[in-house]
Amino acid sequence: MKRVIALLMENQPGALSRVVGLFSQRGYNIETLVVAPTTDPTLSRLTMSTEGDEKVVEQITKQLNKLIDVVMISDLSDSQHIEKELMLMKFTEEHFPKETFEESSIVSNSDGVINVQVVGTSLELDELITTLDSSKPIEIVRSGVLGISSNKDILSIEN
Amino acid sequence: MDNAKKSGAEALIHSLHLEGVELMFGYPGGAALHIYDAIFNQNYVDHILVRHEQGAVHAADGYARSTGKPGVALVTSGPGATNAITGLATAYMDSTPIVVISGQVKSGLIGTDSFQETDMIGVSRPIVKHSFLVQKAEEIPEIIKKAFHIATTGRPGPVVIDIPKDFTDPDYKFDYSYPEEIKMRSYNPPIKGDPKRISEAADLIESAKRPVIYSGGGVIQNDASAELTELAKLLNFPVTNTLMGLGAFPGSDPQFMGMLGMHGTYQANMAMHNADLIIAIGARFDDRITNDPKQFALGAKKIHIDVDAASVSKIIHADVPIVGSAKDCISSLIQELKSRDLTLNTEAISAWNKQVDDWREEHGLNHSLLEQGPKDGKILPQQVVQSLYKETEGQAFITSDVGQHQMFAAQYYHFDKPRQWINSGGLGTMGFGLPSAMGVQLAYPESTVACVTGEGSIQMCIQELSTCLQYGLPIKIINLNNAALGMVKQWQDMQYGGRHSSSTYENSLPDFIALAESYGHVGIKVSKFKDLEAAMKECISLKNKLVFLDVDVDPNEHVYPMLEAGNAMDYMWLAKDKKTW
Ligand SMILES: Cc1ncc(C[n+]2csc(CCOP(=O)(O)OP(=O)(O)O)c2C)c(N)n1
Ligand SMILES: [Mg+2]
Repeated sequence: MKRVIALLMENQPGALSRVVGLFSQRGYNIETLVVAPTTDPTLSRLTMSTEGDEKVVEQITKQLNKLIDVVMISDLSDSQHIEKELMLMKFTEEHFPKETFEESSIVSNSDGVINVQVVGTSLELDELITTLDSSKPIEIVRSGVLGISSNKDILSIEN
Repeated sequence: MDNAKKSGAEALIHSLHLEGVELMFGYPGGAALHIYDAIFNQNYVDHILVRHEQGAVHAADGYARSTGKPGVALVTSGPGATNAITGLATAYMDSTPIVVISGQVKSGLIGTDSFQETDMIGVSRPIVKHSFLVQKAEEIPEIIKKAFHIATTGRPGPVVIDIPKDFTDPDYKFDYSYPEEIKMRSYNPPIKGDPKRISEAADLIESAKRPVIYSGGGVIQNDASAELTELAKLLNFPVTNTLMGLGAFPGSDPQFMGMLGMHGTYQANMAMHNADLIIAIGARFDDRITNDPKQFALGAKKIHIDVDAASVSKIIHADVPIVGSAKDCISSLIQELKSRDLTLNTEAISAWNKQVDDWREEHGLNHSLLEQGPKDGKILPQQVVQSLYKETEGQAFITSDVGQHQMFAAQYYHFDKPRQWINSGGLGTMGFGLPSAMGVQLAYPESTVACVTGEGSIQMCIQELSTCLQYGLPIKIINLNNAALGMVKQWQDMQYGGRHSSSTYENSLPDFIALAESYGHVGIKVSKFKDLEAAMKECISLKNKLVFLDVDVDPNEHVYPMLEAGNAMDYMWLAKDKKTW
C-alpha cells in the first residue's frame, strides 16, 4: 500500500543523508522524496512516498523518529489528506498536442520548443502520460509527491 | 582556568572533565595534534595510548560496559578514523554509551581529497546513534554536552564528534563556558511506561500458567537488575537472560534457567517454546534468540518492555507493548502487582517450575565436568572456564572474544552481578576481548579481570599487550587454544561435511608464552589436565602481572546445545549424535 509520510527535521548539514541512509540501510523503498526549507529557517520539511504494508510503515516511522535530527513525523495516509505532484513536460512544436493542454499551462514557447506544467495526483499525471503516446514529450520531469492533511491537523512544532 | 578564554582543544578537554571523564583512550596523528597538546597541558583527564585505534574504542567500550559511565576515545583523521569503525559498530550493536572524537582535516580542505581526509560522518553514519561535525570552535562545549546526553540516555549508543583541525588551533581563543543543561527539541527518550499497558501486563501475569521472564542487555544498561530480581522473586517465574543480559539476574540462583537462544540451555529454550506468557525486558527478539520467528513461541502472549519503540513489535508482535526505561517500567509493574490482591496460578506455576527442573535434569549443562577429569586425555574448554570460575570464586570481570570460547564462558561461568560479563554480542567482533579488558581493568584496578579468548581472536588485537605493559594492567588472558577457528570449524563439521576450509593454521601459531614474555608479561602453558588447576591458581594469584594462560584444549569439542536453523526453539542439537527432533 502506498503511504505518504511528512516530517520536519533540523535544517542542518547531514540531516538529509541520515534520513536517506536509513532507507537503504534498512532496506526500505523510497518512491519519491521532496525536501525544502520551511518558513522557520531552522527546519526543513520532507515528504516521501513509500510502498509497504502497515508493519513496514510502522517500522519506518519508528526508525525515522529515532533519528536525532527528526523533530516531528506524520503518516499523512492515516487520515484525509491531499497529495499533489508538479510535472514539467517539453515538446517540440510539431508534436505538441494543443488540444490536451490549456493555454495557461504553457510556461515557455521559444525556438520551436514548448514547455508545459501540470499539477495533479501521481495517478492523474501517470494517466496523462499514457494518453500522450502519439505525441511524445521529449522530456518529462516530476517533482515527487507533496502532501498536507486536509483537516485541522498541522505538522508544526508550535503546538 | 574555568572562565578564561580557551582554544577549541582546551575547551574540548575541559568540557570532558566537566562531564566527569577521568580517562580516555586514543592514538595521535596530525589532525589531532592540537588536542594532544592540550591534553599534555592539563591534569584532569588521563590519556591511555593504545596500539591501534580499534583497541581504543573497544577499551572505551569495556570501560563503559563495566562502569555504566560513558567511555571516550580520541583518534586522528583518515586511517585513525577508519580504524575506529569496527569499535563503533561493536558499540552500536550492543547499545553502549561511548563518545568517539576524531580529528578532521582543516575545514577549508574538506572535500578536496586532502592528506588523511575521510568523510568520518559519512562512513560512520549507519553505526552511530548520532554524530556531529564541528562547524566552528565556539560550538565545541555545547556539542560535547549534547554528545554525552545522547550517548547515555534512552537506548544508549555511540556518538562521533568530528573536529576539523583549525577549530582546535591554540592561537584562536574564545570565551568559554560549559552549558549546565541541554534541551533538544527532537530528542526526548521515554521513561515512564503507559499505566494502562502496565495494568494489562499485570492481568496477563495473573492469568499465566507457563510464564518466562526473558531479559536482555537493556536491563543491565539501565541498571535495572535489582528491579528485575525483585519482580522475578515476587512472581517466582523462571528467568532466562540473553548473551548480553547475563548477570542481570543472579546466574547461580535456582530460578535462573541459563542463557537462551542459539547456544542457550535446553531448559531455557524449551521453556520459551512452551510458554504461555513471555515477559521480554530490554531484549529485542533477535535472530540468535527466536530461530524462525514464524515458529517462535506460538502459544505465548508477549509483554515487551523496551526503551526503544522501534524494537517493540519489530520481529515479534507484542500483545502488550510497554515503551519506557526498564527500571521505571519494572518498578511500576511491581507496584501495580503489589497494589492488587495478587492472585497467581500458584499451582500451575509450581508445576511449570518443576517441568523446568526436569528439563534441566534431563539435558541441562554439566557444571561438574572439572571433577570428572580429562576426556580421552584432553582438557575440555568447558573445564577451563569451570576452573576459572572456581579460582575467582565467581567474582571476576570476564571479557571475551568471539567463537566457541565465548559461548563456553557464557554457559559455564555463572554471573551473579550485572556488568561482570563483557562481550560483543551483537556484532560478534573478534578482537574485542583484550582491549575491552583494558578498559575494565583501568576502571577497577583492584579487581580480577580475565579475558576468555581463543588463539584466533586474541591475535586480532594482540598488539595491546604492549599497552598493558605501559600502564601495568594485570589482565588474565585465558586462551582456550584449540588450534583452530573453532566456531567456524564446528559449522563446517555440521553443515559442510567436515571440510575445514581455511579454519586451521597448519602449525603457524606463535609461541604465546614467548610472545607474552617478549612484552614483559608472564606466560603459562598448560597441556595436561593434571596441571590445569594449579596453573589457574598461579595465574589468578599473580595480582600485579598480566598472565597469558595458554591452555591446549580438545580441538574436536563443539558447543551445544545449538538451535537447528529454520525451526522453532525446541529444535536443538544436544551433542554431535543427539538432537531433539
Ligand atoms: C572480526 C571477525 N572476523 C571473523 C569472524 C567470524 N568468526 C566467528 S567465530 C570465528 C573463529 C574464532 O576462533 P577463535 O578465536 O580461535 O575461537 P574458537 O571458536 O576457536 O574458540 C570466526 C572466524 C568474526 N566473528 N569476527
Ligand atoms: Mg580457536
